[in-house]
Amino acid sequence: MFDYNKYLRLNKLPLIWCPGCGHGIVMKSILRAIDKIGLSNDEITMVSGIGCSSRLTGYVDFNTLHTTHGRALAFATGVKMVKPEMTVIVITGDGDATAIGGNHYIHAARRNIDISVILFNNNIYGMTGGQLSPTTPAGFNASTAPYGNVENSFNISGLAEAAGASFVARGTAFDALKLDKMIEKAIRKKGFSLVEAMSPCPTAFGRRNRLGNGSKMLKQLKDDSIPIAKAAKIPTEDLTDKILTGIVVDRDLPEYTENYQKLIDSLQDKSK
Amino acid sequence: MENKKRIRVMTGNEACAEGAIAAGLRFYAGYPITPSTEIAEILAGLLPRIGGKFIQMEDEISSMGAVIGASLAGSKAMTATSGPGFSLKQENLGYASMAEIPCVIVNVMRGGPSTGLPTLPAQGDVMQARWGTHGDHPIIALIPNSVREIYDLTIRAFNLTEKYRVPVIILMDEILGHVNEKVILPSPDEYEVWNRVKPDVPPEEYLPYQETESGIPPFVSFGEGYRYHVTGLVHDQTGFPTNDSKEIVRFLERLNNKIDRYKDDIIEIDEEKDAGAKIGIFSYGSTSRSAKRSVIWAREKGIKIHSIRPKVIWPFPEKQIAAMAESVDFIIVPELNFGQIAHEVEWAARGSKAEIIKLNRIDGEPINPQQIFDVIIELDGR
Repeated sequence: MFDYNKYLRLNKLPLIWCPGCGHGIVMKSILRAIDKIGLSNDEITMVSGIGCSSRLTGYVDFNTLHTTHGRALAFATGVKMVKPEMTVIVITGDGDATAIGGNHYIHAARRNIDISVILFNNNIYGMTGGQLSPTTPAGFNASTAPYGNVENSFNISGLAEAAGASFVARGTAFDALKLDKMIEKAIRKKGFSLVEAMSPCPTAFGRRNRLGNGSKMLKQLKDDSIPIAKAAKIPTEDLTDKILTGIVVDRDLPEYTENYQKLIDSLQDKSK
Repeated sequence: MENKKRIRVMTGNEACAEGAIAAGLRFYAGYPITPSTEIAEILAGLLPRIGGKFIQMEDEISSMGAVIGASLAGSKAMTATSGPGFSLKQENLGYASMAEIPCVIVNVMRGGPSTGLPTLPAQGDVMQARWGTHGDHPIIALIPNSVREIYDLTIRAFNLTEKYRVPVIILMDEILGHVNEKVILPSPDEYEVWNRVKPDVPPEEYLPYQETESGIPPFVSFGEGYRYHVTGLVHDQTGFPTNDSKEIVRFLERLNNKIDRYKDDIIEIDEEKDAGAKIGIFSYGSTSRSAKRSVIWAREKGIKIHSIRPKVIWPFPEKQIAAMAESVDFIIVPELNFGQIAHEVEWAARGSKAEIIKLNRIDGEPINPQQIFDVIIELDGR
């Protein structure tokens, strides 16, 4: 039995998340990945924004920073620059990271700063009661899209890849063991890393769209998932409703804090 | 030789950047905006040379966020901006107030509202400095009037924010940011540098928002073995969110009382009182330079003046103004806005016979000494 307790603030339980929510599965995945790497609680700073997923930082026994809506990456950038030796993990959601925090998201990826982002994508604003998010699929209902969403949705992973992240992967709360490996790789990777974790929200998204309860939505995640390698052989038009899982990109690129340290060192050498 | 190095001709923006370094600044995050940009440019050059960090962020919101993160990780941190950027910083400035994270925010004021008059001076953000973010919150704002004073008050800003765990704003304006003045900078033994009070208990006993006798909880950086939670939600002594009404009141009262309790230590004014003066002047920032000249002219004519110039505008020197209002008939309040601080002076002087005389200018030009002098002459004849 894996011992989650050493990473949890047990007196803060029970969790705020609804029955059937996928966030608890993703949280456990993160803790298993941290354990696998062997990081101590003191070495980790975990930063979150605002929303359901961002409440995670209250439950885990690390240095935890629950910031303002969308700004987790900005705060995390300050922490990482001052203490590059710390493992900085950002917990965020689809609305937090790509709507209100979209600017910070693309620029953190562009700088390729060594921060790992675990993005809980449930396609909706859960905490405020089911409003449209940038990843709500077209045609689906939200409280602010009562006649169905007429907007296009974001490809969150594609965005990070295009912006210059070192590592990008997409997994689901259904396949938690694969998620463990992705998160482990993301944390180990030097540079900006993103794991987009698809997570069901039966309360604010499923109910309004008649998708069933949490387990039914998890099953749907399974049915909709196609590994990226397999998807490469399928015509794009047949993939519109699918979730392409696996590692989107894994590449070695210059990392920001390391580059900055090199700059400092070079100036020190000159002054000698 | 050392002495010669301290004799300089420099701008206010340069003095601010160098004063910050003298105070121990090691992290700056910012976004370019006129007329504050030189502060960022200078620090981009200076900080990496001393092992510090500089980053140009994607906007002012993230600059403020990065500053808070850096401070929490153990660096003295600052950002600088002007009106429109100051508006954007308000969100996370409120966070710094709420989570009690030391930081310094410089606002080199320009004409507003909106994009306004980017290259021209104004004093239109004095109220934004006090009430710009939402909710009741503590704030300290300093308002220098010369290049040398910018250097000194920047050091003081860091000292105050480290001591009280309240974000400190430095209000400059376009004139002060860009004016060149000869200064003799102080040597390090001429000023004090204060650092945050660290806990004297082991990690398991540490309460990050403890109600200590001083009202200021000891502060330890992330990564030093004291794991704790920081949030913008109302929290109890442990740092975790609470909805308990008693805890809410306890926390918000302690937070806001920090200023009331220590205002005598924080408030700093420059006061000159001629015995029997019937005319008072309350002026601040670059406008106080014009006021000073007009007072010299008035004295040459034998007119007695009582002048107060705050170096700290928030908390507001109410007591000092109330005392002045007891003995003068008029208090002239010249300012580069439609009278934001005149209202505060009026409130401080309530119950006295002193009449508040507003003198305002909003065309992007400074109030000149003649304008103030004319008012003095007019009032003297009443």
